[in-house]
Amino acid sequence: MTIGGKTIDAGSGSSAPAAALRVLIPVILALAGGAVILLALGKNPIDYYDYVIERSLLRWGGFQETLTRMAPLLLIAAGLIVAFRAGIWNLGGDGQFLLAAVASAALAPVLIGILPRAPTLVLCMLAGIAVGAIWSLIPAILKARYGVNEIITTLMMSFLGTSLSNVLIKLILRDPATTVPQTRSLPVDDRLPRLFGTTTHSGLLIAILAVILVHLVMTRTAFGLKLQVLGTNRAAAVHAGLRVERLTLLAFALSAGFIGLAGAVEVLGVWGTVRADWNPAYGLLVVPLVFLARFNGYAVIGFTLFFSALMVGGESAARRVGVPQHYVLVLVALLLVFLALVEYRDQARGKRVAV
Amino acid sequence: MNALLTEPFLISLLFGAVTAGVPLLLAGLGEQISEKSGVLNIGLEGMMLCGAYAGFVTTWYTGSFWLGFLAGGAGGMAAALIVLLLCIRRGLNQIVIGIAITVGMQGLTSLLHFVEFSRTYPRLPAAPLLALPYLSRIPILGKGLFSHNPLVYLSIILVGVMSWVFRSTNLGLNLEAAGNKPAALDAAGVDVIRTRSFAVLATGFLAGLGGAYMANVGAGLFVPFMTNGAGVIGIVLAMLARGRPLWVLTGAALFGASLAMTTALQVAGIDIPTDVVQMLPFAIVMLVLVIFARHSMLPPALGFPYVRGER
Repeated sequence: MTIGGKTIDAGSGSSAPAAALRVLIPVILALAGGAVILLALGKNPIDYYDYVIERSLLRWGGFQETLTRMAPLLLIAAGLIVAFRAGIWNLGGDGQFLLAAVASAALAPVLIGILPRAPTLVLCMLAGIAVGAIWSLIPAILKARYGVNEIITTLMMSFLGTSLSNVLIKLILRDPATTVPQTRSLPVDDRLPRLFGTTTHSGLLIAILAVILVHLVMTRTAFGLKLQVLGTNRAAAVHAGLRVERLTLLAFALSAGFIGLAGAVEVLGVWGTVRADWNPAYGLLVVPLVFLARFNGYAVIGFTLFFSALMVGGESAARRVGVPQHYVLVLVALLLVFLALVEYRDQARGKRVAV
Repeated sequence: MNALLTEPFLISLLFGAVTAGVPLLLAGLGEQISEKSGVLNIGLEGMMLCGAYAGFVTTWYTGSFWLGFLAGGAGGMAAALIVLLLCIRRGLNQIVIGIAITVGMQGLTSLLHFVEFSRTYPRLPAAPLLALPYLSRIPILGKGLFSHNPLVYLSIILVGVMSWVFRSTNLGLNLEAAGNKPAALDAAGVDVIRTRSFAVLATGFLAGLGGAYMANVGAGLFVPFMTNGAGVIGIVLAMLARGRPLWVLTGAALFGASLAMTTALQVAGIDIPTDVVQMLPFAIVMLVLVIFARHSMLPPALGFPYVRGER
C-alpha cells in the first residue's frame, strides 16, 4: 500500500549551496516563529536560543550529549529508510525499540558474569536485533500473505510491545534491590566503550555505519533496487517476477532489526538498565526526519544532528528561561512545517522547469 | 472473584467504560470522515489535545460546559486548519504535517497551560449528568449507562446520523468519491478540495470535542499530554471500521471497557499490573486480524493530494 507516496528520487542532484539553503531557510523561519511565541509570553527569545546553542553545541559536555542522543535516532532512521523505500509503513518503532531494549538489558547482566565484555555486548545487540525483528513478524506475515494494512498492525503491536515490556520489567525481570521497578543494571565499566576519551559511546559509530550501509545497499545493489521496485509499484514487482512475499518479510525484519538495535545500543551505551514506564518515543520523531531527508541516508545524519542539538539544548534552556521543557516540541513542529513547505516549493519549481 | 461482581463495582465499570470510550468514539468517527475522503489524518492526537485545552480553559473561566465543548471543537478545527491549508490546498506530505501537528500541540498546550496555571492542575466541578427517563431506573445498567453527560447521548446519535449520511446523502457520496476516485468527482463538477476541506474540519471538530470531553467530563482537569495515545487508537479504530460508523462504536466500547477495567481493578484492590489489562484490547484486535486476515479496504486515494489534471 502506498500512502501519500510521491515517488521520491534518492539523490536529488542539486548543488551544495542550494541544499544548504533548503535546510537553513526553514531553520531560520522556525526559530523566528518560536521567538514570536516566546516574545508573546514575555520571555526573551535571544536568551533561550543563546543557551540552546551554548548548551548543545559549544559546551564540550553538551556537545557529547548531543552526539550520544544521535545514536538511537540514526539507527531508527536506518530502519525506517529500509521500510519506507520498500513501501512499508512501519510505524511500530516504539514497541520494537522498547522490547529490544528490555531484552538486551535483561541479558547483559547475566552474560557479563560468564563472558568477557566484547562478546557480551555483541550478543546483547544481536538479541536486540532479533527481538525487534520478531516483534514485526505478525504484521509482516499479515501484510505479505493477506495484504493487511501494516499501519494498523504495527501501531497495535507497538502498544502491545510497550505494555509487554512494562509487564516483563515489573513481574519477571525486576531487580529486587531497587524500589522503582527496573531491570538489573549493567556496571558502567561493562557498557559500550567510550569514543576517544569522550562520554559519547561507540554506539554512535555503529549507527553512522548502519545509516551509510543502508543508504549504499538501497541505492547501489540489486537487493536495494528490488525493494525500491516493491515500494514504488507492488503490481510491477509481481510482474517483474520478484518474490514479493519474501521481500516484504525481509524488509520488515531489517527495518525492525535496526530499530531493535537502536534500543539495545541505547541501553548498552547509556542507561545500563530499563526502568518501568520508560518510553522515549523516538519512533514518532524520526518518521518525519526520514521523509524530509527524502529517504537519503547522508541527509538523515545532518537532520539528526540538528534535532539532537535542539532537543538536548532545548530541554535545559527551558529551565533557564522559565518555560516548560516541552516548549522545544513547538520548535520541532514549526521546523517540520517549514521544511515541508520549502520542500514543496522546490518540487513545484522543479515541475515548472520540467514542463 | 465474587467480590468483583458487586453492584458498585459493575456500575463504576460500565460508567467508566462509557467515559473512557466517548473520546475514542468521537475521535474515531472524525478520523473516519477524513479517511473516507482520502485524507490520512495522523495529527488526530494533536487535535484532541488542542480541543482538550481549549475546552478546559473555556469551562474554567465561563463555568459553562456547553461553551467548553464548543471551544474544544473550535480548538480541534484550528489544528485541522493547518492540515487544510498545507496538505489539502498545497499537497504537502500528510504524514510529516500530521506528526508536526501532534508534536506541536503537545508542546503548545503544555506551554499555554504552564503560562496560565504554572504547575497547578485546578479541578472543575463535576460535569452535569442527564439521567434518561425510565432507562436510568434499570438496576446497574441505569446508573452505568444511562446517567451521563448529554454529550454522550449526542455522540451515540451521531453514529446513526453518520451512517445515514454515508449511505444515503450526496455529501456521503461525495466524500466517498473524493477518497476513491477524486478525478471522477471533479469531472462530476464537485470540488474535491472543498469536499476534503470539509471532511478535515469535521474531523478537527469531532476530535476536539472528544478531547474537551476527556478533560472536562472524564478527568475534570487538564494535564499536558493527557490524551496519551487516544488519538492513535482513534486512527486505528477508523481504519479497522472500514468506513462503517457502527464499527467505530464497537471498537470504542471495547477499548473504553478495558481502560475502565484497569482503574476498576485498582479500586477493587486487585493486584495485577495495569499494563496487563491495557494489553487486552490490542491483543483481541490483533487476534481478530490474524484469524480473519483480510484486506483493510482503505480508499485508494488515501494520502494522495489531489492535483487537477495530474495522473
